[in-house]
Amino acid sequence: MATLLVAICFISFLLIKNSPIDPIQAYIGADMLNVGSEQREKIAEYWGLNEPIMVQFFNWGSTLLAGDMGTSMIYRQPVSEVIGERFVHSVVLMLTAWILSGVIGFTMGVVAAMKRDTWIDRSIKWYCYMLASTPTFWMGLLVLSVFAVWLGWFPIGLGVPAGVLAEDVTMVDQLKHLILPAMTLSIVGVGNVALHTRQKLIDVLDSEYMLFARARGERGFILFWRHGLRNIVIPALTLQFAAFSELFGGVVLTEQVFSYPGLGQATVEAGLRGDVPLLLGLVLFSTMFVFVGNLIADLIYRLLDPRMREGRSK
Amino acid sequence: MMPTLTLLNKKQRALIVTILAIVFLMIVIVIGVVLDKESVSTNLEHRNASPTFEHPFGTDWLGRDMFSRTFIGLSLSIGVGLIGALGSTLIATILGVISATMGKTADRIVSWLIDLFLSVPHLVTLILIAFTFGGGFKGIVIGIALTHWPSLARIIRAEVMQIRSAEFVQVSKKMGKSSWWIATKHIFPHILPQILVGFMLLFPHAILHEAAVTFLGLGLSPHEPAIGIILSESMKYLSAGMWWLAFFPGLCLLFIVRTFDMLGENIRILMDANIDYK
Repeated sequence: MATLLVAICFISFLLIKNSPIDPIQAYIGADMLNVGSEQREKIAEYWGLNEPIMVQFFNWGSTLLAGDMGTSMIYRQPVSEVIGERFVHSVVLMLTAWILSGVIGFTMGVVAAMKRDTWIDRSIKWYCYMLASTPTFWMGLLVLSVFAVWLGWFPIGLGVPAGVLAEDVTMVDQLKHLILPAMTLSIVGVGNVALHTRQKLIDVLDSEYMLFARARGERGFILFWRHGLRNIVIPALTLQFAAFSELFGGVVLTEQVFSYPGLGQATVEAGLRGDVPLLLGLVLFSTMFVFVGNLIADLIYRLLDPRMREGRSK
Repeated sequence: MMPTLTLLNKKQRALIVTILAIVFLMIVIVIGVVLDKESVSTNLEHRNASPTFEHPFGTDWLGRDMFSRTFIGLSLSIGVGLIGALGSTLIATILGVISATMGKTADRIVSWLIDLFLSVPHLVTLILIAFTFGGGFKGIVIGIALTHWPSLARIIRAEVMQIRSAEFVQVSKKMGKSSWWIATKHIFPHILPQILVGFMLLFPHAILHEAAVTFLGLGLSPHEPAIGIILSESMKYLSAGMWWLAFFPGLCLLFIVRTFDMLGENIRILMDANIDYK
């Protein structure tokens, strides 16, 4: 993992440095004509842009190790502050969507497997396959135009109402702005878990102990509760944690659609406007995020699965 | 089961679906190429029209026919997806074969590379690469090619490993055939179906990611009528109730992606010798 992180730092640094987008021009923007070459050099010196690439990398790397990720050019704030601030917004969104899609997806998978080959199963399967081909941002646009524009139930975008002071924003307002993006993410997110759970449960239902349980007269919900659930919960949980990478991708798109001020929007802004420190910081942060997801998935497996526990103690 | 379905066995059904899917895709591409560029020119008399017979998908704020724009955008997307998926498949094949045949060190390096690419979210990598190349066609194709190979490389690696230890390959080796002969005559024919199916299944992802990055504004330039561009433009007009700007192009994209997905699945069924003619 350590080598991976270092490599990611290095590669992304090189990639960004080779970009044709000039950070100085991106920084100054439309006033470029008013800036002489001398001023330009001064700015370059101020940001440390006139040194060789390797030196720049080591400068950045060493400050990074000291916990300083640099200063964002577009927000004029330390990168860690920008990320922290945005993360609070994003984490609420991601957590809601993550839990919702997990619970709904799991339930759908269970229902589909228990009612195998009926119309319920077929429509759930069809829905999941369709979802796999649905662009997240398009789903966002649809949700937006139905619930915000057509029905007018929810605000169209942003994390808080426009034109209201920060201290006047209530929890209700924030919640209202959260619902649509979270809904979009959950709608798109259920497919994977549902299909996976369905397959697992079908495997379990075909097993001999299930046949025996049926022979004893257990049916329906009791059957599932006693023998099915334990077997399929762990894979589903693992899958959900391992899906952090896709979740992050989904958040980037959804936040863009709903102009929700989270990490995803910051990533896009940083990419579009050439904010090098922020983009680097976000790449690292998202990597850590995915890594934590995988780690938790691994740990949960060890913690919850009795077979794994016994295997370790032996 | 419906009676019509039982008349045909699984492979015949797969064949029919495959042919239908290919015909459908050909039609879309042909429409996209043949459509005269006249209809996407600005026509200020028919601005913001909701869908009618003349303009099935409506028109946008410059009076451009959305139907034409959508289909031109779709063929563009298919093109980008094709090149991206091809590149990705090539990388996956080369790395997969290398890691399976060239010993432990090569294997370790390739798995390290796979881990590297899987540990950053795809979309973030794509943004990063698109940023490096300053957006545009090149950036997006390279980005897609570089991000989609890991899973296929793993499959190919496992496949090659399995065939290498198969008895007929061992016998062939004992009989003094060169490793080139074994690679081309024994291993390659075996992994070809895997590569083909892998390629087909990469396609939908490639198209979706292309549309996503373009949507975010880091992909193709705004002058090209890509689906992502159409959708991101439509965002400004959604609040004015012009839902058709977003609805139809997205739906078409969904159909195209789903068709490719089905195509991949069915080609897999056709090529899989283990599925018998039930």
